[in-house]
Amino acid sequence: MGDQRIKDIILDIIAVVAPDAEVSNVKSDVRLRDQLDLDSMDFLDIVMELRKRYKIEIPKEEYPELATLDSCAAYLGPKLAAVTAA
Amino acid sequence: MDYDVIIIGAGMSGLAAGIRLAYFGQRVCILEKHYAFGGLNSYYRLDGRDYDVGLHAVTNFVGPGVRDTPLPKLLRQLRLSRDDFDLQPQRYSEIRFPGVSLRFTNDLNDLIADVAEKFPGEADHFRRLCTFIRDYDDTVLLPPYRSTRETLKGFLHEPMLVEMLLCPIMYYGSAEEHDMDLLQFVIIFKSLFCEGFARPRDGVRKIIKALVRKYRSCGGELRMQSSVARLDVADDRVKSVIIDGGESLIASTVLSSAGYVETMRFCADAPPIPTQDVGRVSFVETIAVLDALPQRLGHEAAIVFFNDSETFTYAMPECPVDMRSGVVCCPSNYEGHDDMPEGFLRMTWLANSDAWMEADEGTYRQYKDDYLTAFKAQARRYVPTIDDHFITSDMFTPRTIHRYTSRINGAVYGSPRKRRDGRTHLKNLFLCGTDQGYLGIIGALLSGITIANMHVLAEE
Ligand SMILES: Cc1cc2nc3c(=O)[nH]c(=O)nc-3n(C[C@H](O)[C@H](O)[C@H](O)COP(=O)(O)OP(=O)(O)OC[C@H]3O[C@@H](n4cnc5c(N)ncnc54)[C@H](O)[C@@H]3O)c2cc1C
Repeated sequence: MGDQRIKDIILDIIAVVAPDAEVSNVKSDVRLRDQLDLDSMDFLDIVMELRKRYKIEIPKEEYPELATLDSCAAYLGPKLAAVTAA
Repeated sequence: MDYDVIIIGAGMSGLAAGIRLAYFGQRVCILEKHYAFGGLNSYYRLDGRDYDVGLHAVTNFVGPGVRDTPLPKLLRQLRLSRDDFDLQPQRYSEIRFPGVSLRFTNDLNDLIADVAEKFPGEADHFRRLCTFIRDYDDTVLLPPYRSTRETLKGFLHEPMLVEMLLCPIMYYGSAEEHDMDLLQFVIIFKSLFCEGFARPRDGVRKIIKALVRKYRSCGGELRMQSSVARLDVADDRVKSVIIDGGESLIASTVLSSAGYVETMRFCADAPPIPTQDVGRVSFVETIAVLDALPQRLGHEAAIVFFNDSETFTYAMPECPVDMRSGVVCCPSNYEGHDDMPEGFLRMTWLANSDAWMEADEGTYRQYKDDYLTAFKAQARRYVPTIDDHFITSDMFTPRTIHRYTSRINGAVYGSPRKRRDGRTHLKNLFLCGTDQGYLGIIGALLSGITIANMHVLAEE
Protein backbone atom coordinates (compact mmCIF):
# COMPACT_ATOMS: atom_id res chain seq x y z
CA MET A 1 0.00 0.00 0.00
CA GLY A 2 1.39 3.43 -0.95
CA ASP A 3 2.36 6.04 1.62
CA GLN A 4 -0.32 8.43 0.42
CA ARG A 5 -3.00 5.77 0.80
CA ILE A 6 -1.89 5.11 4.39
CA LYS A 7 -1.93 8.83 5.18
CA ASP A 8 -5.46 9.03 3.80
CA ILE A 9 -6.51 6.13 5.99
CA ILE A 10 -5.17 7.93 9.05
CA LEU A 11 -6.89 11.18 8.08
CA ASP A 12 -10.13 9.27 7.51
CA ILE A 13 -9.84 7.82 10.97
CA ILE A 14 -9.12 11.20 12.51
CA ALA A 15 -12.22 12.58 10.83
CA VAL A 16 -14.26 9.93 12.68
CA VAL A 17 -12.42 10.13 16.00
CA ALA A 18 -12.35 13.93 16.09
CA PRO A 19 -14.93 15.23 13.59
CA ASP A 20 -14.33 18.79 14.74
CA ALA A 21 -10.61 18.66 13.90
CA GLU A 22 -9.44 20.54 10.80
CA VAL A 23 -7.83 17.79 8.69
CA SER A 24 -7.49 19.51 5.33
CA ASN A 25 -4.06 21.08 5.93
CA VAL A 26 -2.25 18.50 7.99
CA LYS A 27 1.52 18.55 7.51
CA SER A 28 3.13 15.13 7.08
CA ASP A 29 6.22 15.80 9.16
CA VAL A 30 4.68 17.59 12.15
CA ARG A 31 3.32 15.75 15.18
CA LEU A 32 -0.42 15.13 14.75
CA ARG A 33 -1.08 16.01 18.38
CA ASP A 34 0.53 19.42 17.91
CA GLN A 35 -1.44 20.28 14.79
CA LEU A 36 -4.81 18.85 15.65
CA ASP A 37 -5.15 19.23 19.39
CA LEU A 38 -5.84 15.53 19.91
CA ASP A 39 -5.96 14.38 23.52
CA SER A 40 -4.91 11.00 24.87
CA MET A 41 -8.46 9.66 24.53
CA ASP A 42 -8.52 10.62 20.84
CA PHE A 43 -5.15 9.04 20.37
CA LEU A 44 -6.21 5.76 21.92
CA ASP A 45 -9.14 5.86 19.51
CA ILE A 46 -6.90 6.09 16.45
CA VAL A 47 -5.21 2.90 17.59
CA MET A 48 -8.58 1.29 18.30
CA GLU A 49 -9.97 2.25 14.89
CA LEU A 50 -6.93 0.73 13.18
CA ARG A 51 -7.59 -2.48 15.04
CA LYS A 52 -11.31 -2.40 14.28
CA ARG A 53 -10.86 -1.69 10.58
CA TYR A 54 -7.66 -3.52 9.67
CA LYS A 55 -7.13 -5.93 12.57
CA ILE A 56 -3.76 -4.33 13.26
CA GLU A 57 -2.46 -4.69 16.80
CA ILE A 58 -0.26 -1.87 18.03
CA PRO A 59 1.47 -2.47 21.37
CA LYS A 60 1.49 0.50 23.79
CA GLU A 61 5.25 0.98 23.57
CA GLU A 62 4.93 1.52 19.82
CA TYR A 63 2.33 4.32 20.01
CA PRO A 64 5.08 6.94 19.45
CA GLU A 65 5.49 5.47 15.94
CA LEU A 66 2.15 7.12 15.10
CA ALA A 67 3.35 10.62 15.94
CA THR A 68 3.30 12.11 12.41
CA LEU A 69 1.67 11.10 9.13
CA ASP A 70 5.14 10.23 7.76
CA SER A 71 5.95 8.00 10.69
CA CYS A 72 2.49 6.38 10.43
CA ALA A 73 3.15 5.53 6.79
CA ALA A 74 6.58 4.04 7.60
CA TYR A 75 5.36 2.08 10.60
CA LEU A 76 1.99 0.90 9.27
CA GLY A 77 3.14 0.07 5.72
CA PRO A 78 4.45 -3.43 6.50
CA LYS A 79 1.63 -4.16 8.95
CA LEU A 80 -1.07 -3.22 6.43
CA ALA A 81 0.72 -5.19 3.71
CA ALA A 82 0.68 -8.24 5.99
CA VAL A 83 -3.06 -8.04 6.68
CA THR A 84 -4.07 -7.24 3.12
CA ALA A 85 -1.95 -10.13 1.84
CA ALA A 86 -3.38 -12.55 4.42
CA MET B 1 -18.19 -17.63 27.31
CA ASP B 2 -21.51 -15.87 26.59
CA TYR B 3 -20.11 -12.32 26.40
CA ASP B 4 -16.87 -10.39 26.60
CA VAL B 5 -18.50 -7.87 28.92
CA ILE B 6 -21.69 -7.79 30.96
CA ILE B 7 -22.80 -4.38 32.18
CA ILE B 8 -25.20 -4.09 35.09
CA GLY B 9 -27.60 -1.17 34.54
CA ALA B 10 -28.85 0.76 31.51
CA GLY B 11 -28.44 4.22 33.04
CA MET B 12 -26.16 6.87 31.57
CA SER B 13 -22.91 5.19 32.60
CA GLY B 14 -23.91 1.68 31.54
CA LEU B 15 -25.11 2.85 28.13
CA ALA B 16 -21.95 4.90 27.53
CA ALA B 17 -19.69 2.00 28.49
CA GLY B 18 -21.80 -0.28 26.31
CA ILE B 19 -21.43 1.96 23.25
CA ARG B 20 -17.65 2.14 23.60
CA LEU B 21 -17.29 -1.61 23.97
CA ALA B 22 -19.79 -2.67 21.31
CA TYR B 23 -18.38 -0.15 18.84
CA PHE B 24 -14.98 -1.77 19.16
CA GLY B 25 -16.32 -5.22 18.55
CA GLN B 26 -16.73 -6.57 22.07
CA ARG B 27 -19.68 -8.86 22.65
CA VAL B 28 -21.60 -6.83 25.21
CA CYS B 29 -24.82 -7.36 27.10
CA ILE B 30 -26.43 -4.74 29.34
CA LEU B 31 -28.72 -6.16 32.00
CA GLU B 32 -31.34 -3.72 33.28
CA LYS B 33 -33.68 -4.52 36.13
CA HIS B 34 -36.34 -2.01 35.13
CA TYR B 35 -38.47 -1.94 31.98
CA ALA B 36 -37.15 1.54 31.06
CA PHE B 37 -33.64 2.82 30.38
CA GLY B 38 -32.05 5.86 31.91
CA GLY B 39 -31.85 4.88 35.59
CA LEU B 40 -31.74 7.98 37.78
CA ASN B 41 -32.36 10.18 34.80
CA SER B 42 -35.18 8.50 32.97
CA TYR B 43 -38.51 9.70 31.62
CA TYR B 44 -42.12 8.61 31.72
CA ARG B 45 -45.59 9.39 30.51
CA LEU B 46 -48.48 10.07 32.86
CA ASP B 47 -52.02 11.12 31.88
CA GLY B 48 -50.89 11.91 28.36
CA ARG B 49 -48.01 14.12 29.43
CA ASP B 50 -44.25 13.62 29.11
CA TYR B 51 -42.19 13.96 32.27
CA ASP B 52 -38.49 13.78 32.98
CA VAL B 53 -37.61 11.95 36.17
CA GLY B 54 -34.85 14.26 37.17
CA LEU B 55 -33.58 16.53 34.46
CA HIS B 56 -32.94 20.07 35.59
CA ALA B 57 -29.89 20.85 33.53
CA VAL B 58 -27.36 19.11 31.41
CA THR B 59 -24.18 20.52 32.93
CA ASN B 60 -20.81 21.09 31.23
CA PHE B 61 -22.40 22.89 28.28
CA VAL B 62 -19.91 24.61 25.98
CA GLY B 63 -20.27 26.17 22.54
CA PRO B 64 -19.34 24.43 19.28
CA GLY B 65 -15.76 25.75 19.16
CA VAL B 66 -14.58 24.17 22.42
CA ARG B 67 -12.94 20.75 22.21
CA ASP B 68 -11.16 19.89 25.42
CA THR B 69 -13.92 19.81 28.06
CA PRO B 70 -16.05 16.82 29.10
CA LEU B 71 -19.04 17.37 26.78
CA PRO B 72 -17.20 17.53 23.43
CA LYS B 73 -14.84 14.77 24.59
CA LEU B 74 -17.62 12.38 25.36
CA LEU B 75 -19.49 13.15 22.16
CA ARG B 76 -16.33 12.26 20.24
CA GLN B 77 -15.81 9.10 22.23
CA LEU B 78 -19.40 7.99 21.62
CA ARG B 79 -19.27 8.98 17.92
CA LEU B 80 -22.26 11.25 18.46
CA SER B 81 -22.74 14.77 17.21
CA ARG B 82 -23.92 17.85 19.09
CA ASP B 83 -27.22 17.58 17.23
CA ASP B 84 -27.87 14.18 18.77
CA PHE B 85 -28.38 15.85 22.16
CA ASP B 86 -30.06 19.06 20.87
CA LEU B 87 -28.72 21.10 23.78
CA GLN B 88 -30.21 24.58 24.23
CA PRO B 89 -28.31 26.88 26.58
CA GLN B 90 -29.84 28.52 29.66
CA ARG B 91 -30.38 32.26 29.87
CA TYR B 92 -29.35 32.58 33.51
CA SER B 93 -29.64 30.97 36.92
CA GLU B 94 -29.47 32.31 40.47
CA ILE B 95 -28.27 31.53 43.96
CA ARG B 96 -30.64 33.25 46.42
CA PHE B 97 -29.71 33.78 50.06
CA PRO B 98 -31.32 36.22 52.51
CA GLY B 99 -30.79 39.70 51.15
CA VAL B 100 -28.37 38.69 48.39
CA SER B 101 -28.63 36.83 45.16
CA LEU B 102 -25.94 35.92 42.68
CA ARG B 103 -26.69 35.47 39.03
CA PHE B 104 -24.69 33.22 36.73
CA THR B 105 -24.81 32.29 33.07
CA ASN B 106 -22.75 30.03 30.84
CA ASP B 107 -20.03 32.70 30.93
CA LEU B 108 -18.01 32.67 34.16
CA ASN B 109 -17.31 36.39 33.76
CA ASP B 110 -20.93 37.17 34.59
CA LEU B 111 -20.61 35.43 37.95
CA ILE B 112 -17.27 37.11 38.61
CA ALA B 113 -18.86 40.49 37.91
CA ASP B 114 -21.87 39.78 40.12
CA VAL B 115 -19.66 38.64 43.02
CA ALA B 116 -17.66 41.88 42.62
CA GLU B 117 -20.86 43.89 42.80
CA LYS B 118 -22.49 42.08 45.73
CA PHE B 119 -19.31 41.36 47.71
CA PRO B 120 -16.88 44.14 46.64
CA GLY B 121 -14.26 43.09 49.20
CA GLU B 122 -14.21 39.58 47.73
CA ALA B 123 -13.77 40.47 44.05
CA ASP B 124 -10.04 39.71 43.94
CA HIS B 125 -10.33 36.73 46.25
CA PHE B 126 -13.00 35.17 44.09
CA ARG B 127 -10.97 35.78 40.95
CA ARG B 128 -8.02 34.08 42.62
CA LEU B 129 -10.26 31.14 43.56
CA CYS B 130 -11.42 30.83 39.93
CA THR B 131 -7.80 30.73 38.74
CA PHE B 132 -6.96 28.12 41.38
CA ILE B 133 -9.88 25.99 40.17
CA ARG B 134 -9.01 26.45 36.52
CA ASP B 135 -5.46 25.25 37.18
CA TYR B 136 -6.43 22.43 39.54
CA ASP B 137 -5.57 19.06 38.01
CA ASP B 138 -8.82 17.13 38.20
CA THR B 139 -7.51 14.20 36.19
CA VAL B 140 -5.54 12.72 39.09
CA LEU B 141 -7.33 9.49 39.88
CA LEU B 142 -6.65 9.06 43.57
CA PRO B 143 -5.65 12.32 45.28
CA PRO B 144 -5.84 12.51 49.11
CA TYR B 145 -9.05 13.94 50.61
CA ARG B 146 -9.09 17.73 51.03
CA SER B 147 -11.88 19.64 52.75
CA THR B 148 -13.64 22.10 50.45
CA ARG B 149 -14.81 24.28 53.35
CA GLU B 150 -11.27 24.68 54.66
CA THR B 151 -9.96 25.44 51.19
CA LEU B 152 -12.65 28.04 50.48
CA LYS B 153 -11.97 29.74 53.82
CA GLY B 154 -8.38 30.18 52.66
CA PHE B 155 -9.60 32.25 49.69
CA LEU B 156 -12.77 34.01 50.87
CA HIS B 157 -13.47 36.10 53.96
CA GLU B 158 -17.26 36.47 53.72
CA PRO B 159 -18.73 33.32 55.27
CA MET B 160 -21.97 33.74 53.33
CA LEU B 161 -20.18 33.71 49.99
CA VAL B 162 -18.66 30.36 50.91
CA GLU B 163 -22.14 29.04 51.68
CA MET B 164 -23.55 30.50 48.46
CA LEU B 165 -20.97 28.62 46.40
CA LEU B 166 -21.44 25.38 48.32
CA CYS B 167 -25.22 25.39 47.91
CA PRO B 168 -25.51 24.72 44.15
CA ILE B 169 -22.41 22.57 44.05
CA MET B 170 -23.46 20.27 46.86
CA TYR B 171 -27.00 19.99 45.49
CA TYR B 172 -25.64 18.97 42.10
CA GLY B 173 -23.26 16.32 43.25
CA SER B 174 -22.26 15.77 46.83
CA ALA B 175 -22.77 12.33 48.29
CA GLU B 176 -21.11 13.63 51.42
CA GLU B 177 -23.00 15.65 54.03
CA HIS B 178 -21.79 19.00 55.46
CA ASP B 179 -18.56 19.22 53.46
CA MET B 180 -17.13 17.68 50.32
CA ASP B 181 -13.89 16.52 48.78
CA LEU B 182 -12.12 19.36 47.00
CA LEU B 183 -11.63 17.33 43.83
CA GLN B 184 -15.38 16.76 43.56
CA PHE B 185 -16.01 20.46 44.26
CA VAL B 186 -13.60 21.50 41.50
CA ILE B 187 -15.17 19.14 38.98
CA ILE B 188 -18.68 20.41 39.73
CA PHE B 189 -17.62 24.07 39.94
CA LYS B 190 -16.27 23.77 36.40
CA SER B 191 -19.33 21.92 35.17
CA LEU B 192 -21.72 24.60 36.54
CA PHE B 193 -19.86 27.89 36.41
CA CYS B 194 -16.95 27.58 33.96
CA GLU B 195 -19.02 25.57 31.49
CA GLY B 196 -22.76 25.79 32.06
CA PHE B 197 -26.35 24.58 31.75
CA ALA B 198 -28.35 23.44 28.76
CA ARG B 199 -31.36 21.29 28.01
CA PRO B 200 -32.62 19.26 25.05
CA ARG B 201 -35.99 20.56 23.90
CA ASP B 202 -37.55 17.11 24.28
CA GLY B 203 -35.96 16.56 27.66
CA VAL B 204 -33.77 13.67 28.67
CA ARG B 205 -35.48 11.22 26.32
CA LYS B 206 -33.58 12.89 23.48
CA ILE B 207 -30.28 11.86 25.06
CA ILE B 208 -31.33 8.41 26.15
CA LYS B 209 -32.83 7.54 22.79
CA ALA B 210 -29.64 8.67 21.04
CA LEU B 211 -27.58 6.46 23.35
CA VAL B 212 -29.78 3.39 22.98
CA ARG B 213 -29.91 3.79 19.20
CA LYS B 214 -26.14 4.07 19.03
CA TYR B 215 -25.62 1.11 21.32
CA ARG B 216 -27.95 -1.11 19.27
CA SER B 217 -26.43 0.01 15.97
CA CYS B 218 -23.03 -1.09 17.25
CA GLY B 219 -24.45 -4.55 17.90
CA GLY B 220 -24.86 -4.30 21.66
CA GLU B 221 -27.48 -6.45 23.37
CA LEU B 222 -29.89 -4.98 25.90
CA ARG B 223 -31.93 -7.16 28.22
CA MET B 224 -34.64 -5.31 30.10
CA GLN B 225 -36.39 -6.57 33.23
CA SER B 226 -33.34 -8.68 33.90
CA SER B 227 -32.33 -8.08 37.47
CA VAL B 228 -28.94 -9.29 38.65
CA ALA B 229 -29.47 -11.36 41.79
CA ARG B 230 -25.98 -12.64 42.48
CA LEU B 231 -22.43 -12.83 41.23
CA ASP B 232 -20.81 -16.24 41.61
CA VAL B 233 -17.19 -15.86 42.56
CA ALA B 234 -14.13 -18.10 42.45
CA ASP B 235 -10.39 -17.31 42.47
CA ASP B 236 -11.01 -13.58 42.99
CA ARG B 237 -13.04 -13.38 39.82
CA VAL B 238 -16.69 -13.22 38.86
CA LYS B 239 -17.40 -16.61 37.33
CA SER B 240 -21.00 -16.01 36.41
CA VAL B 241 -23.77 -13.47 36.67
CA ILE B 242 -27.04 -14.89 37.95
CA ILE B 243 -30.22 -13.07 37.09
CA ASP B 244 -33.59 -13.32 38.82
CA GLY B 245 -35.19 -16.53 37.68
CA GLY B 246 -31.87 -18.32 37.93
CA GLU B 247 -30.37 -17.88 34.47
CA SER B 248 -26.58 -17.82 34.58
CA LEU B 249 -24.47 -15.76 32.18
CA ILE B 250 -20.72 -15.84 31.73
CA ALA B 251 -18.47 -12.95 30.71
CA SER B 252 -14.75 -12.12 30.96
CA THR B 253 -15.45 -8.74 32.55
CA VAL B 254 -18.36 -7.30 34.52
CA LEU B 255 -19.00 -3.57 34.88
CA SER B 256 -21.57 -2.52 37.45
CA SER B 257 -23.37 0.81 37.58
CA ALA B 258 -25.66 -0.33 40.40
CA GLY B 259 -23.52 1.34 43.11
CA TYR B 260 -20.65 0.05 45.23
CA VAL B 261 -22.58 -1.16 48.25
CA GLU B 262 -25.38 -2.47 46.04
CA THR B 263 -22.86 -4.40 43.93
CA MET B 264 -21.10 -5.83 46.98
CA ARG B 265 -24.43 -7.24 48.06
CA PHE B 266 -24.41 -9.40 44.91
CA CYS B 267 -21.20 -11.10 46.09
CA ALA B 268 -21.12 -13.66 48.87
CA ASP B 269 -17.47 -12.88 49.71
CA ALA B 270 -17.75 -9.06 49.80
CA PRO B 271 -15.54 -7.18 52.24
CA PRO B 272 -17.38 -5.60 55.22
CA ILE B 273 -18.82 -2.18 54.45
CA PRO B 274 -18.42 0.61 57.02
CA THR B 275 -21.74 2.36 57.70
CA GLN B 276 -20.30 5.73 56.70
CA ASP B 277 -19.76 4.33 53.19
CA VAL B 278 -23.50 3.86 52.71
CA GLY B 279 -24.99 6.93 51.02
CA ARG B 280 -27.99 8.67 52.55
CA VAL B 281 -28.38 11.96 50.72
CA SER B 282 -31.74 11.87 48.99
CA PHE B 283 -34.32 14.27 47.71
CA VAL B 284 -38.01 14.89 47.26
CA GLU B 285 -38.96 16.60 44.07
CA THR B 286 -42.33 18.11 43.21
CA ILE B 287 -43.19 18.76 39.59
CA ALA B 288 -46.05 21.16 38.95
CA VAL B 289 -47.68 21.47 35.54
CA LEU B 290 -48.94 24.97 34.75
CA ASP B 291 -51.21 26.28 32.00
CA ALA B 292 -48.70 29.07 31.29
CA LEU B 293 -44.93 29.24 31.00
CA PRO B 294 -43.26 30.58 34.17
CA GLN B 295 -41.37 33.21 32.12
CA ARG B 296 -44.75 34.70 31.12
CA LEU B 297 -45.66 34.80 34.81
CA GLY B 298 -42.56 36.76 35.72
CA HIS B 299 -40.05 34.02 36.56
CA GLU B 300 -37.20 33.82 34.06
CA ALA B 301 -34.37 31.94 35.77
CA ALA B 302 -33.67 28.42 34.51
CA ILE B 303 -32.54 27.26 37.97
CA VAL B 304 -32.70 28.93 41.38
CA PHE B 305 -30.73 27.50 44.29
CA PHE B 306 -32.22 29.01 47.46
CA ASN B 307 -31.33 28.96 51.11
CA ASP B 308 -33.36 30.76 53.76
CA SER B 309 -30.58 31.57 56.22
CA GLU B 310 -26.97 32.71 56.06
CA THR B 311 -25.62 29.23 56.66
CA PHE B 312 -26.40 26.32 54.41
CA THR B 313 -26.99 22.85 55.83
CA TYR B 314 -26.53 19.98 53.44
CA ALA B 315 -27.43 16.85 55.37
CA MET B 316 -30.16 14.32 55.81
CA PRO B 317 -32.81 16.23 57.81
CA GLU B 318 -34.59 15.00 60.95
CA CYS B 319 -38.00 15.65 59.41
CA PRO B 320 -39.21 14.12 56.11
CA VAL B 321 -38.15 17.20 54.13
CA ASP B 322 -35.86 20.15 54.83
CA MET B 323 -37.60 23.10 53.24
CA ARG B 324 -35.01 25.65 54.29
CA SER B 325 -33.13 25.19 51.05
CA GLY B 326 -33.82 23.76 47.64
CA VAL B 327 -33.61 23.99 43.89
CA VAL B 328 -36.28 25.45 41.61
CA CYS B 329 -36.12 24.54 37.96
CA CYS B 330 -38.20 25.83 35.04
CA PRO B 331 -37.43 23.81 31.92
CA SER B 332 -38.99 26.38 29.61
CA ASN B 333 -36.42 28.98 30.69
CA TYR B 334 -33.85 27.66 28.27
CA GLU B 335 -33.35 29.14 24.83
CA GLY B 336 -35.60 27.68 22.17
CA HIS B 337 -38.14 26.49 24.73
CA ASP B 338 -40.68 29.31 24.36
CA ASP B 339 -43.14 27.16 22.48
CA MET B 340 -43.51 24.48 25.14
CA PRO B 341 -47.25 23.74 25.32
CA GLU B 342 -47.35 23.81 29.12
CA GLY B 343 -45.22 25.23 31.87
CA PHE B 344 -43.38 23.20 34.47
CA LEU B 345 -41.99 24.25 37.80
CA ARG B 346 -39.92 21.67 39.66
CA MET B 347 -38.69 22.02 43.22
CA THR B 348 -36.19 19.77 44.96
CA TRP B 349 -35.59 19.53 48.71
CA LEU B 350 -33.28 17.42 50.84
CA ALA B 351 -35.20 14.51 52.32
CA ASN B 352 -34.96 12.02 55.13
CA SER B 353 -34.92 8.72 53.32
CA ASP B 354 -35.87 6.63 56.39
CA ALA B 355 -39.03 8.67 56.90
CA TRP B 356 -40.18 8.07 53.33
CA MET B 357 -38.94 4.49 53.03
CA GLU B 358 -40.54 3.32 56.26
CA ALA B 359 -43.85 5.21 56.10
CA ASP B 360 -46.94 3.03 55.74
CA GLU B 361 -49.18 3.69 52.73
CA GLY B 362 -51.46 6.13 54.59
CA THR B 363 -48.62 8.15 56.07
CA TYR B 364 -46.78 8.19 52.75
CA ARG B 365 -49.82 9.65 51.01
CA GLN B 366 -50.33 12.13 53.84
CA TYR B 367 -46.72 13.32 53.53
CA LYS B 368 -47.21 13.81 49.81
CA ASP B 369 -50.36 15.89 50.37
CA ASP B 370 -48.72 17.98 53.08
CA TYR B 371 -45.64 18.69 51.03
CA LEU B 372 -47.67 19.58 47.96
CA THR B 373 -49.33 22.31 50.03
CA ALA B 374 -45.92 23.40 51.31
CA PHE B 375 -44.59 23.36 47.77
CA LYS B 376 -47.30 25.73 46.55
CA ALA B 377 -46.57 28.13 49.38
CA GLN B 378 -42.88 28.20 48.52
CA ALA B 379 -43.45 28.32 44.78
CA ARG B 380 -45.47 31.55 45.19
CA ARG B 381 -42.17 33.32 45.90
CA TYR B 382 -41.19 32.63 42.30
CA VAL B 383 -44.54 32.55 40.55
CA PRO B 384 -46.97 34.49 42.77
CA THR B 385 -50.00 33.43 40.72
CA ILE B 386 -49.11 29.74 40.62
CA ASP B 387 -52.45 28.69 42.16
CA ASP B 388 -54.37 30.24 39.24
CA HIS B 389 -52.30 28.31 36.71
CA PHE B 390 -51.82 25.00 38.48
CA ILE B 391 -53.05 21.98 36.47
CA THR B 392 -51.58 18.96 38.18
CA SER B 393 -48.46 17.70 39.90
CA ASP B 394 -46.33 14.67 40.49
CA MET B 395 -43.89 14.04 43.29
CA PHE B 396 -41.03 11.65 43.68
CA THR B 397 -39.44 10.68 46.93
CA PRO B 398 -36.54 8.56 48.17
CA ARG B 399 -38.91 5.61 47.94
CA THR B 400 -39.56 6.29 44.25
CA ILE B 401 -35.84 6.57 43.55
CA HIS B 402 -35.21 3.33 45.38
CA ARG B 403 -38.00 1.55 43.53
CA TYR B 404 -36.71 2.55 40.10
CA THR B 405 -32.95 2.38 40.60
CA SER B 406 -32.50 0.07 43.62
CA ARG B 407 -30.17 2.62 45.21
CA ILE B 408 -29.99 2.00 48.97
CA ASN B 409 -31.80 4.81 50.84
CA GLY B 410 -32.71 6.29 47.44
CA ALA B 411 -29.29 7.95 47.72
CA VAL B 412 -29.03 9.83 44.45
CA TYR B 413 -25.28 10.44 44.65
CA GLY B 414 -24.47 7.01 46.04
CA SER B 415 -21.71 6.25 48.48
CA PRO B 416 -19.74 9.15 50.01
CA ARG B 417 -16.61 7.12 49.39
CA LYS B 418 -15.85 7.11 45.66
CA ARG B 419 -13.68 4.52 43.97
CA ARG B 420 -12.17 6.47 41.14
CA ASP B 421 -10.18 3.69 39.55
CA GLY B 422 -13.35 1.59 39.46
CA ARG B 423 -11.62 -1.38 41.05
CA THR B 424 -13.27 -3.80 43.46
CA HIS B 425 -12.00 -6.80 45.44
CA LEU B 426 -12.55 -8.94 42.32
CA LYS B 427 -10.13 -8.79 39.40
CA ASN B 428 -12.73 -8.67 36.63
CA LEU B 429 -15.44 -6.62 38.35
CA PHE B 430 -15.35 -2.82 37.98
CA LEU B 431 -17.64 0.01 39.01
CA CYS B 432 -18.87 2.66 36.63
CA GLY B 433 -21.14 5.65 37.17
CA THR B 434 -22.15 7.24 40.44
CA ASP B 435 -19.91 5.31 42.81
CA GLN B 436 -16.88 5.55 40.57
CA GLY B 437 -17.21 9.24 41.29
CA TYR B 438 -18.23 11.16 38.19
CA LEU B 439 -21.74 12.41 38.85
CA GLY B 440 -24.63 13.86 36.94
CA ILE B 441 -25.59 13.05 33.37
CA ILE B 442 -22.35 14.17 31.80
CA GLY B 443 -20.30 12.76 34.66
CA ALA B 444 -21.96 9.35 34.46
CA LEU B 445 -21.47 9.20 30.68
CA LEU B 446 -17.81 10.07 31.09
CA SER B 447 -17.46 7.51 33.84
CA GLY B 448 -18.77 4.71 31.62
CA ILE B 449 -16.39 5.74 28.87
CA THR B 450 -13.39 6.03 31.18
CA ILE B 451 -13.94 2.67 32.85
CA ALA B 452 -14.55 0.89 29.53
CA ASN B 453 -11.35 2.42 28.12
CA MET B 454 -9.20 1.83 31.16
CA HIS B 455 -10.21 -1.69 32.14
CA VAL B 456 -11.32 -3.28 28.89
CA LEU B 457 -10.16 -1.53 25.71
CA ALA B 458 -6.67 -0.44 26.81
CA GLU B 459 -6.07 -3.84 28.39
CA GLU B 460 -6.47 -5.90 25.27
C1 LIG C 1 -34.22 13.75 40.86
C2 LIG C 1 -32.91 13.77 40.18
C3 LIG C 1 -32.56 14.88 39.45
C4 LIG C 1 -31.35 14.91 38.79
N1 LIG C 1 -31.07 15.99 38.01
C5 LIG C 1 -29.95 16.00 37.30
C6 LIG C 1 -29.69 17.07 36.40
O1 LIG C 1 -30.49 17.97 36.23
N2 LIG C 1 -28.54 17.08 35.72
C7 LIG C 1 -27.62 16.08 35.87
O2 LIG C 1 -26.59 16.14 35.21
N3 LIG C 1 -27.83 15.05 36.71
C8 LIG C 1 -28.97 14.99 37.42
N4 LIG C 1 -29.20 13.95 38.27
C9 LIG C 1 -28.12 12.97 38.51
C10 LIG C 1 -27.98 11.98 37.37
O3 LIG C 1 -29.27 11.55 36.99
C11 LIG C 1 -27.17 10.77 37.84
O4 LIG C 1 -25.96 11.21 38.40
C12 LIG C 1 -26.86 9.81 36.70
O5 LIG C 1 -28.00 9.57 35.92
C13 LIG C 1 -26.31 8.52 37.28
O6 LIG C 1 -26.14 7.55 36.29
P1 LIG C 1 -25.54 6.14 36.65
O7 LIG C 1 -25.35 5.43 35.38
O8 LIG C 1 -24.38 6.28 37.54
O9 LIG C 1 -26.59 5.39 37.58
P2 LIG C 1 -28.11 4.97 37.39
O10 LIG C 1 -28.82 5.90 36.54
O11 LIG C 1 -28.66 4.72 38.74
O12 LIG C 1 -28.03 3.59 36.62
C14 LIG C 1 -27.97 2.37 37.29
C15 LIG C 1 -28.91 1.40 36.63
O13 LIG C 1 -28.68 0.10 37.18
C16 LIG C 1 -29.91 -0.56 37.28
N5 LIG C 1 -29.78 -1.61 38.29
C17 LIG C 1 -29.63 -1.47 39.62
N6 LIG C 1 -29.59 -2.69 40.21
C18 LIG C 1 -29.68 -3.60 39.21
C19 LIG C 1 -29.68 -5.03 39.19
N7 LIG C 1 -29.60 -5.75 40.32
N8 LIG C 1 -29.80 -5.65 38.00
C20 LIG C 1 -29.90 -4.93 36.85
N9 LIG C 1 -29.90 -3.58 36.82
C21 LIG C 1 -29.80 -2.93 37.99
C22 LIG C 1 -30.87 0.53 37.70
O14 LIG C 1 -32.20 0.17 37.43
C23 LIG C 1 -30.38 1.71 36.86
O15 LIG C 1 -31.04 1.76 35.61
C24 LIG C 1 -30.44 13.85 38.91
C25 LIG C 1 -30.81 12.73 39.64
C26 LIG C 1 -32.04 12.68 40.26
C27 LIG C 1 -32.45 11.43 40.99
